[in-house]
Amino acid sequence: MIATQRETPSIDRASSATVVAGLEGVSKSYGEVRALRNVNFTVDAGRVVALLGPNGAGKTTAVKLLLGLLQPSSGKARVFGGDPTNPQNRMRTGAMLQVGRVPETLRVREHIDLFSSYYPRPLPLEKVLAAAGLEKLRDRKFGDLSGGQRQRTLFALAICGDPDLLFLDEPTVGLDVEARRSLWEEIRRLVERGKTVLLTTHYLEEADALADRIAVINQGAIIAEGTPAEIKAQTSGKRIRCVTTLSLASLLQIPGVTEAKQDREAVEIHAGEAEPVVRVLLARDPALSGLEITSAGLEEAFLALTQDNGESTNRKNRFATV
Amino acid sequence: MSTAAAAASNTQIERSTSHTTTIYLKEAKYEFLKNLRLRVYTASVISFPLMFYVLFGLVLNSKGAIGGMGVPTYLIATYGTFGVMGASLFGTASGLAADRGLGWLQVKRASPMPPFAYFTAKVVLSMIFSAIVVSLLLVLGISFGGVRLPLGEMTKLIGTLVAGSLPFSAMGLAIGYFAGPNSAPAVINMFYLPLSFCSGLWVPYMFLPKLVRQIALALPPYHLSQLALGIVGAGRHEPAATHWEVLLAFTMICLGVARIGFQRDQGKLYG
Repeated sequence: MIATQRETPSIDRASSATVVAGLEGVSKSYGEVRALRNVNFTVDAGRVVALLGPNGAGKTTAVKLLLGLLQPSSGKARVFGGDPTNPQNRMRTGAMLQVGRVPETLRVREHIDLFSSYYPRPLPLEKVLAAAGLEKLRDRKFGDLSGGQRQRTLFALAICGDPDLLFLDEPTVGLDVEARRSLWEEIRRLVERGKTVLLTTHYLEEADALADRIAVINQGAIIAEGTPAEIKAQTSGKRIRCVTTLSLASLLQIPGVTEAKQDREAVEIHAGEAEPVVRVLLARDPALSGLEITSAGLEEAFLALTQDNGESTNRKNRFATV
Repeated sequence: MSTAAAAASNTQIERSTSHTTTIYLKEAKYEFLKNLRLRVYTASVISFPLMFYVLFGLVLNSKGAIGGMGVPTYLIATYGTFGVMGASLFGTASGLAADRGLGWLQVKRASPMPPFAYFTAKVVLSMIFSAIVVSLLLVLGISFGGVRLPLGEMTKLIGTLVAGSLPFSAMGLAIGYFAGPNSAPAVINMFYLPLSFCSGLWVPYMFLPKLVRQIALALPPYHLSQLALGIVGAGRHEPAATHWEVLLAFTMICLGVARIGFQRDQGKLYG
């Protein structure tokens, strides 16, 4: 389903695609802490780009730089080819940020009414309420909403001005599965209408489900970038699980094995390709049982990428500590 | 680079004056509704001055006189000042400190809201609540304290005290930029209560200890209360111009401090 959307021909897919937002060699420090290090990254018009990374990776900092809420220590943040703080650009931008407290005594429709008034061509209230699934909660005070309902209200505030560019910082945190799916649907509808979305998430499933491009960020640096398929392809692909009498040390001797560790009664082996390794395994241990082969998902790709960066312990030796 | 193309295709959107006016009005309207429904705000800002007035002006001393002026009338001016100060400090500082500290101001700033609309709304809110407090004090005084003032004097009293909301709104903005979201109410009271006492808002000026009377001359609430007292025919009959000058200077100093806080915030954010 998503694949077909990516083929939507309304946007020029050639390399000349319009860059709507981007960071150019941006570093950002808070005192001693380097939140971002020489980050280059762009968001093309009509696409969904996901910034994927663990907590504290620098995702929110990147979003705030693109919103003009922070200034880079070096490098440049650009939106619509200009300064993010330009009021003209802000009228074409919507943002959903993580916020500690929202005025609790205002009703949902009042919050939307106020934010809509900031924009030159806001969506009608009914449309905003429908898009965020808030029809029945319109007269509810913000303070009386559940966590998920609050997230949906913040989403409504981000889209009420019908912006061309939408920043969503961890939009589905605190949402249940159903609400998360319906928010995804809404984001897809926005993209169908030609909107551009930058979202941050630490949910790999979310990036995989929504994004045309994923930038994996860890410790302030982008460590991988590409389509979800490309990101997955960047790691050695297979995980083999079996119960065997072979020692971990001998398993690591098998060509192609990158990692082996004990997992309760079984061992878990990582390898680029499964077949040659399995052939050797079966030959050496006729009593081998419980064989399972799975391909490394995005989650493992992500874990591998973020672990390799920084504290790159010798993965061959990881079994020693397990 | 290709971002230039995006810039070129960027249609300039100019906000009309009427649209800008609408934003300012909505911002003020919702700021008012937000605080009206906030019991902490309405209770502390409206109830306290009224309770003090009922207790000390109507129940205990209603037949007394201060410097030839009936107590209920005298105390409308001083508790009016007290009420205006509370409405203005709490109307600006606590909201600003919370919005700053807990991320809401960033959401607003990321939107195309004109930044000045945010501050204007808080000042307007403070003035509206100031007018409400003073009006209620007058209603109580007239109904139960035998207060008799010509309509012109009453209008002038309300007008002066509402204008007197401005210095304390400016002070509130300054506090809001330096206080944390949770400590703001405590910080406000740290200024509010001693300033009120030393300016003769609770105990009339002439009954204050000599040292405090000297300190009072340097305090803005003293000058606002003397303006209010002057209108009802009490107080120390110093030239009104002096009081206004002190209040104006105080406003400028507070705005200067608020500006430093604003820029420091930007520095933290725009560093």
